Amino acid sequence: MSTTAPDHVLRVSGVNKRFGGLQALADVGIEITRGEIYGLIGPNGAGKTTFFNVITGLYTPDSGSFELDGKPYSPHDVHRVAQAGIARTFQNIRLFPDMTALENVMVGRHVRTKATALGAILRTRRTLDEERAIKSRSLELLEYVGIRKYADYQARTLAYGDQRRLEIARALATEPKLLALDEPAAGMNATEKVALRTLLEAISRDGITILLIEHDVKLVMGLCDRVTVLDYGKMIAAGAPAQVQSNPAVIEAYLGAGHKAVATKVA
Amino acid sequence: MKTLLPRLSQNRAAVWLGVVLIAIVLVALPFVIGQMGNAWVRALAFACLYVMLALGLNIVVGFAGLLDLGYIAFYAVGAYMYALLASPHLTSTFPWIAQMFPEGLHSSIWLVIPLGAGIAAIFGLLLGAPVLKLRGDYLAIVTLGFGEIVRIFLNNLNAPVNITNGPQGITLIEPIRMLGVNLGRAQEIFGLRLPSVYLYYYLFLALTIIAIIICVRLQDSRLGRAWMAIREDEIAAKAMGINVRNVKLLAFALGATFGGVSGAMFAAFQGFVSPESFILNESIIVLAMVVLGGLGHIPGVVLGAVLLAIFPEILRHTVVPVQNALFGQVIIDAEILRMMLYGMALVLIMLYRPKGLWPAPEHGVNPASRVGVAAAGRA
Repeated sequence: MSTTAPDHVLRVSGVNKRFGGLQALADVGIEITRGEIYGLIGPNGAGKTTFFNVITGLYTPDSGSFELDGKPYSPHDVHRVAQAGIARTFQNIRLFPDMTALENVMVGRHVRTKATALGAILRTRRTLDEERAIKSRSLELLEYVGIRKYADYQARTLAYGDQRRLEIARALATEPKLLALDEPAAGMNATEKVALRTLLEAISRDGITILLIEHDVKLVMGLCDRVTVLDYGKMIAAGAPAQVQSNPAVIEAYLGAGHKAVATKVA
Repeated sequence: MKTLLPRLSQNRAAVWLGVVLIAIVLVALPFVIGQMGNAWVRALAFACLYVMLALGLNIVVGFAGLLDLGYIAFYAVGAYMYALLASPHLTSTFPWIAQMFPEGLHSSIWLVIPLGAGIAAIFGLLLGAPVLKLRGDYLAIVTLGFGEIVRIFLNNLNAPVNITNGPQGITLIEPIRMLGVNLGRAQEIFGLRLPSVYLYYYLFLALTIIAIIICVRLQDSRLGRAWMAIREDEIAAKAMGINVRNVKLLAFALGATFGGVSGAMFAAFQGFVSPESFILNESIIVLAMVVLGGLGHIPGVVLGAVLLAIFPEILRHTVVPVQNALFGQVIIDAEILRMMLYGMALVLIMLYRPKGLWPAPEHGVNPASRVGVAAAGRA
């Protein structure tokens, strides 16, 4: 808001998380600059989703320091993290399946609105005005992600790609400082992926910082300004996509140490 | 039906006509049914109390998705609150209270309703706070225990200090007086004689209508959406910034208020309360009303409550005469038959209408069902 806003939207460092004997995250940290699309990649089981769940409050970290928009935040309460300004989507879509698409987005407005039970019972003017504002803003967001025509459809009846879009619209409804997407392209076909990429670019252009966890290396490399690579809970590389792509440690993590030998043999 | 309803609701005049017709029916009802005896009007008044209970439980179970098997505890709290504030029990037991109120304890309805709602809400919070992290079966067991704890307390709080008069219950509870009218006595209005039960029926009807309006407004609000969201997916609701703890507590507290008010009215209507009125079976009957009518759907819940409240009265008046006429003697007791029919009704409902007699209409558009129809049409 002010001109002195810090460059870093999210600054997280020294995150450790242990599940019994498994060190899921070892001294992981990222800094996300305002307005960029930041990628977090790594092979299966690298700790991407664990890290994601830690910064959004779903898992309690063993240690780590957390700062959002220059202010420290405590990732112990999921709803507080959302209030602070991180909105997330889920790897296996978690919409409110029996509510309409519009109502799903309206739930996203909850955190930025105030109407009380008493206001609702008495139907005060303020409550009615707020309710109207919630609805019109939610319709705008549905329009923005391109599923305005399905506003009155039950969420569970939407096509897979549209459910992803709805989840993004619901997250945007919370007016996030950081939009965190957990494998948004998972299970999408090529056309849907292209459409998703266009949407994410548009969101980014409109000034929202994005953290993206993704399996699809092609999507990440094309879309992200910077990436961090995790493997076995450790950061093995960070930087611009092209730089990271040619990093031997990354190639090893993805393809295994012997890949060169195999490749030459086949050739 | 489906095409008729939206057209009706677009036509404001038709809606108002419907409202007026329903109002006339509800006002005239006791005079029609009263021809068969005041017991029927009494049953109607009780049906109103049960509708309030069912609507309150529906907030917890239907809206927020939290199973509560101890709901009758709030009814008990409301009833005992009124009983203590409007009977000679406290003044005759505690001399210092008698000194404070030399005229005896009398409580205005304008005090009793907010107080009943408030105290029940506090009990709602007391129940809600420890069960926040429980779901499903575990929640059911703890709430069931809560209901029993309240009943057992009422049963045993006659020693060392006699507060509730134990299993004997509290008698001589005053009827409600409002606007200078004593609801305990028959009144003459425009030459019409209105017996006490009629007056209570009208009072309870008015409260029930207020309860319905409150429920409808809550359901369509920001809070109603938050309840629905935590019912559907608690983690996603949290991730959207909903303070699940507060929203759940609010469901418990608001749901309890209906029970508290209804309980206070019950005490005034009966003139007598004892712990026996608040057994587990009552909680289960109220839950059955909600589930049988249509979980989460206000018209369905009202229907379920009215049916289950009136049904025993019908049996009471038919079972004995019918058996006498058929066999010349009574073979099955009305009470036994009632339980059997209850059981059968629940089984049949679960088999043929698992979402209740009048379930919530499918929310929003479901293209799958339309595609199905279209495909069937083509074939």
